[in-house]
Amino acid sequence: MIGTRIRQLSPPSLIENAEALHASGGRIEFAYAWSPAGQTRQVRYVSSIPREREFEMWVVPDVGELPSLTPMLPLLGWYEREMMDLQDLKFTGHPEPYPLVIRSDDNVLLNGKGHRTQPHANGRPYLPDIDATDVQQLPFGPIRADVLESAEFTFVYVGEHIIHYQPRLFFKHRGMEKCFEGAEPQHAVVIAERVSGVGSVGHALAYCEAIERAAGCKVPVRARALRVLLAEMERLYNHLHYLGHLCNTTTLKVGEAQGKLLEERAKQLNSRLTGSRFLRSLLVPGGLRRDLNPGKWLGDALENLREEFASYMDRLEKSESHLDRLITTGLLPERVAFDHGATGPIERASGLDRDLRRDHPYAYYEGLPLVVPIFTEGDAYARERVRFAEIDASFVLCQRILLLLEPGPIRADCAPAPSSEGLGWSEGPRGSLFYAVHVGSDGRLARVKIKSPSFSNWRAFPFTVHDTNMMDYAINEASFGLTMAGCDR
Amino acid sequence: MALWTLFGLMGGKATTPWPKERGENGQYGVLGMPRYNPEACQEGCDECASVCPTRAIETSGDNLSVDYGRCVVCQLCTEVCPAGAMTSSDNWAFGVRSREDLLWSDTGGHHEVLHPTKSRAFKRSLHIRHVDAGSCNGCESELQALNNPFYNLHRLGIFFTPSPRFADLLLVTGPVTRAMHEPLKAAYDAMPEPRWVMAVGTCAVSGGIAAGNYACGTGVEGVLPVDLYLPGCPPNPAAIMEALLMFLNRTPQRVRGGQISD
Repeated sequence: MIGTRIRQLSPPSLIENAEALHASGGRIEFAYAWSPAGQTRQVRYVSSIPREREFEMWVVPDVGELPSLTPMLPLLGWYEREMMDLQDLKFTGHPEPYPLVIRSDDNVLLNGKGHRTQPHANGRPYLPDIDATDVQQLPFGPIRADVLESAEFTFVYVGEHIIHYQPRLFFKHRGMEKCFEGAEPQHAVVIAERVSGVGSVGHALAYCEAIERAAGCKVPVRARALRVLLAEMERLYNHLHYLGHLCNTTTLKVGEAQGKLLEERAKQLNSRLTGSRFLRSLLVPGGLRRDLNPGKWLGDALENLREEFASYMDRLEKSESHLDRLITTGLLPERVAFDHGATGPIERASGLDRDLRRDHPYAYYEGLPLVVPIFTEGDAYARERVRFAEIDASFVLCQRILLLLEPGPIRADCAPAPSSEGLGWSEGPRGSLFYAVHVGSDGRLARVKIKSPSFSNWRAFPFTVHDTNMMDYAINEASFGLTMAGCDR
Repeated sequence: MALWTLFGLMGGKATTPWPKERGENGQYGVLGMPRYNPEACQEGCDECASVCPTRAIETSGDNLSVDYGRCVVCQLCTEVCPAGAMTSSDNWAFGVRSREDLLWSDTGGHHEVLHPTKSRAFKRSLHIRHVDAGSCNGCESELQALNNPFYNLHRLGIFFTPSPRFADLLLVTGPVTRAMHEPLKAAYDAMPEPRWVMAVGTCAVSGGIAAGNYACGTGVEGVLPVDLYLPGCPPNPAAIMEALLMFLNRTPQRVRGGQISD
């Protein structure tokens, strides 16, 4: 697999390899199960090793049951549970062997058969009974106040103090990975664009890169440069929305209105450039579906937006009531961020210096003036400042692309061979995104695994909520900037 | 101390007067539903139907049947059509009261609009409870945009409310996943009468890209009685506003038989 070093491991050697990876400072990025036609099912672990561009992929045959690596590498906890739910795998020694994606009574298997025999049973998180008179339980959701995505949270609390917090996600599980199966690789990008609406470009880009690596396809320079422009414009409107929403939780009402107005301006630029406010219907394996003609207007409009953003940021940095609510709120220590797989602005606010655009360059990022902001405080304010700096960096990248854009072809032939496979990745606004694709013997997609950034960050988030107080919760959640759609798929 | 209010006032009015005259709807360049022109269609050609990811276009005999309620606006059909029978358009305002009005028919634009909203009391004050029944977050992003200063939905007397107890309209997004099926019905049951249901986005109208998957259904229809359909992937904020105003009898329904009138 291009860009990936494959190692076949036997199940007994899994533990020692995981120990070696842990000692080297490497981190598992994601893991998934895949059943090649006529062969033993495999579990694949994709990891990144410090200072190495190539990812390492372990291929482990599923011999009925595998040792759980979660006790050593906690970030694998959800991946293993997901495989237990959807593919009926067995991991021995898993510390939280409960259903994650599908409730036990849903009785549906992704690669197997099954039918539901019992009615739905929402609202039963796996929590022990609490026998203490002062302790209260507050189940909240899945339908929450305001226009928000569905998810259920259970707070165990005394007065204002949260003792324990348990999110229950996957109410929005749509089986998106299954949607890809049997689809034409060229057209399935439409599905990738609809996994997470506000991450359309990131998902489409990682998907296209995966197909292109499977096909050994060289994407023309102009298409790669325009992909960077689209990815950075996606980061802009997402981060601007984030700032507006964060102001809402700190009750800075004018700040909220202005942040959301900047987001709206960015979205209107998106539609003027591409015909879609979410920058959809452009990417395709091999390049772009049609050429874009940004012209001078886009550079001018982005510069206007940047100036407005700069004065907006300046006012936020001077608003003490806003800063007071952020500083020291929702602390995520570096160790927890690393062990539980936090990604994107979240890990960079906790001192982890990682960014796929720089560490594993793709599209046209190599050689661009990319700034990766790092803060070590790990609080909500650090997460806000990472976004501030990333918005600045995105404006610079967009202008650079507009400067160096040369006319040229925008699409190359890209047809992955039957039974080929590829790994694609991109650094979305919320963090690292991976697509692993397997093409079947008929040239159609046989399996697509999606690793979205929010799946990683939701895993780390509860550690910042336990033992804090209710008043900080909404601010803390907003400061993470999580989505459910990408996580639940 | 940052002078938020001062700078806010200095920025001037950000809100568009739209849908009043000379107002900008903010959707410059947005591609909408592909326009179907059967006269240009070539015999024996089924390119568009074969690429359509949601079977919005199907061949029936010699003809195509086009269902805008299934369209996810991916534009694939407009790219493969050799004859210009499917072309890109800026027709995004596809809110209708009757599901049949989203099916293309050559007699479109003639029949009468059915059952207009009965109660006039809601015309200038509507409270909406939104339920995300498994969307991709695209529809939520556009619904959240409705309350940004540009669209400022409040000025039209339309509000989102936290509790279904105060809601007149249940606005549903997403294809209704198995896990959201029960909470969605509970929200509807908690609403006082009269109550209405609006399906926003192609997922809610017909299931969208994941329709009928092991984990999700095919939209709100069959789960709750739907009074208002708005396909789109996602429908933009102006399309949502126009559909709501149409529901309140404040603007006419523009789409009949899959064809839009200006």
